[in-house]
Amino acid sequence: MDVRKSWLLVSMVALVLTVACGGGGETEAPDESAEPAAAPVDDANAGNITGTVMLEGTPPEADTIRMNSDPACSEKTGNATLTEYNVVGEDGSLANVFVYVKEGLGDRSFAVPSNAVELDQNGCQYSPHVFGIQVGQTLTVRNSDNTLHNIHATPSTNAEFNTGQPIQGMTFDREFDEVEVMVPFKCDVHSWMNAYVGVLDHPYFGVSGSGGVFEINTLPPGEYEIEAWHEILGTQTQTITVGENETVEVSFTFTVSE
Amino acid sequence: MTTLHRFTLFVAASTLLLITAGGLVTSTDSGLAVPDWPNTYGYFMFSFPMSKMVGGVLYEHGHRLIASTVGMLMIGLAFWISRLDDRRWVKRLAWGAVAAVVLQGTLGGITVLYFLPAPISVAHAGLAQIVFCLTVSLALFTSPGWRDETAEPVADTILARLTIATAMLVYAQILIGATMRHTGAGLAIPDFPLAFGHVIPPEWSWPIAIHFGHRVGAVVVTLAVVATASHLLTHHRHQPQLRRLAWLLIGFVASQFTLGALTVLSERQAGINTAHVATGAALLATSVLLALRVHRHRFSDAPSRARIDVSATVPTTPSLGGVR
Repeated sequence: MDVRKSWLLVSMVALVLTVACGGGGETEAPDESAEPAAAPVDDANAGNITGTVMLEGTPPEADTIRMNSDPACSEKTGNATLTEYNVVGEDGSLANVFVYVKEGLGDRSFAVPSNAVELDQNGCQYSPHVFGIQVGQTLTVRNSDNTLHNIHATPSTNAEFNTGQPIQGMTFDREFDEVEVMVPFKCDVHSWMNAYVGVLDHPYFGVSGSGGVFEINTLPPGEYEIEAWHEILGTQTQTITVGENETVEVSFTFTVSE
Repeated sequence: MTTLHRFTLFVAASTLLLITAGGLVTSTDSGLAVPDWPNTYGYFMFSFPMSKMVGGVLYEHGHRLIASTVGMLMIGLAFWISRLDDRRWVKRLAWGAVAAVVLQGTLGGITVLYFLPAPISVAHAGLAQIVFCLTVSLALFTSPGWRDETAEPVADTILARLTIATAMLVYAQILIGATMRHTGAGLAIPDFPLAFGHVIPPEWSWPIAIHFGHRVGAVVVTLAVVATASHLLTHHRHQPQLRRLAWLLIGFVASQFTLGALTVLSERQAGINTAHVATGAALLATSVLLALRVHRHRFSDAPSRARIDVSATVPTTPSLGGVR
């Protein structure tokens, strides 16, 4: 082998080793940006919104998620996990609907909460399935499973990210910079896993629970446009007026075509 | 058959396996199941635990392992050819294949790190086919049949043009297919053989246009293959090497057309979708092999009889005597 070939061989081996051994480490430092100045909201005058979300019609039955592709998932859940697209009670109440103030807050600004919102990966499903967060608030993603997950957010406005959590107990912090309803999450390892977060610049949002009930509290008196969002059924809006110390009841009804 | 030729065939088969594995990655939407690159969840690629090869990771990491192995096989093949083969252009082609496979790996990494941008993913898919064709070509050039001094030359300008056109059309069709695949247009037209119940789609958007373009391309490629194969089987039936390739072309294009239809009708079932990718690669490689066989006389290592005969009978075909 002549000198030129020797150099060629050394270069190729170095290239392969560089590609194979290159670092992939990723560190995320929390953004220390200053909180916006909060406009005072007088709790003594504030009103509340309570309500229910109902479903009319016969919803498609939830499917059993087949987790056979990862024994760590199927062993934990026993293959008894159902899809969460339509979580409907016997009375027709609809859960996992994100309800929020879409318009009416004017140019008020609100402090970013210091507490983090947690998204857990447990039993190879996201918990909660639908939730809200404020711009700049910390989102902590936890892996409670004895398997690896990747957290892949696919927003339209915010920055997309895809981070791996190969070890049980790992956490990962992230913030969103822009208002966006909703940001989807998925796990590309376990194709059935998905979740949604509504990112807002105010704290006036809620998610309907198992009875279809939601609450939005300490809202300044005024006229608001309220939107209810569901991952399959779309959105509905209503305009309401909240008076001083008033609790306004709102109901949304989504319809499933037969 | 020499050991070098056997090894080249093995590398070509490994490359087809790699393309199939890549097809599985996209067919199962596993392209981002491993978020980091070149590591896998922080592990050195080859030390990633088998127990963690689950779900989409199985496809994506498996694809990376096969790709790395093919890369090493290609480097080994290039060194082997450099040592044993006396033709400078074959040596250059072998090292060109190594450069292509390194570029291919880099494109694969970039597409993961930037969340599968369509242009990069399409380039990754398109270059994969070129790498496969290079390995198949090397297998042909190292075969005893290529250097067979008794081989009869093909003095047929029409066939020469048909084979080149067919190979180019198949490659263009593959690029349209890759664009369709990586822009999520695979089911933009959900019915088959009609489009929304019509021959021509009543509504248009980019995904529909790309999808419909791929269907039109399928018809064009099929016509080109039928024209090439029927011309060959009519005028060169007595040449078994060409005849076999013609029948292979017909078989692959029929399979590919069927798989394309089934991909739509099955709503992109992963196995069918992947088979469509692999058969497309086999069709392209066969069309390239046929073109090379038909243009054999244009290579500098062609048997002297072929060069003399063809230059005498087909004056319109320029010589590639400079390929040395």
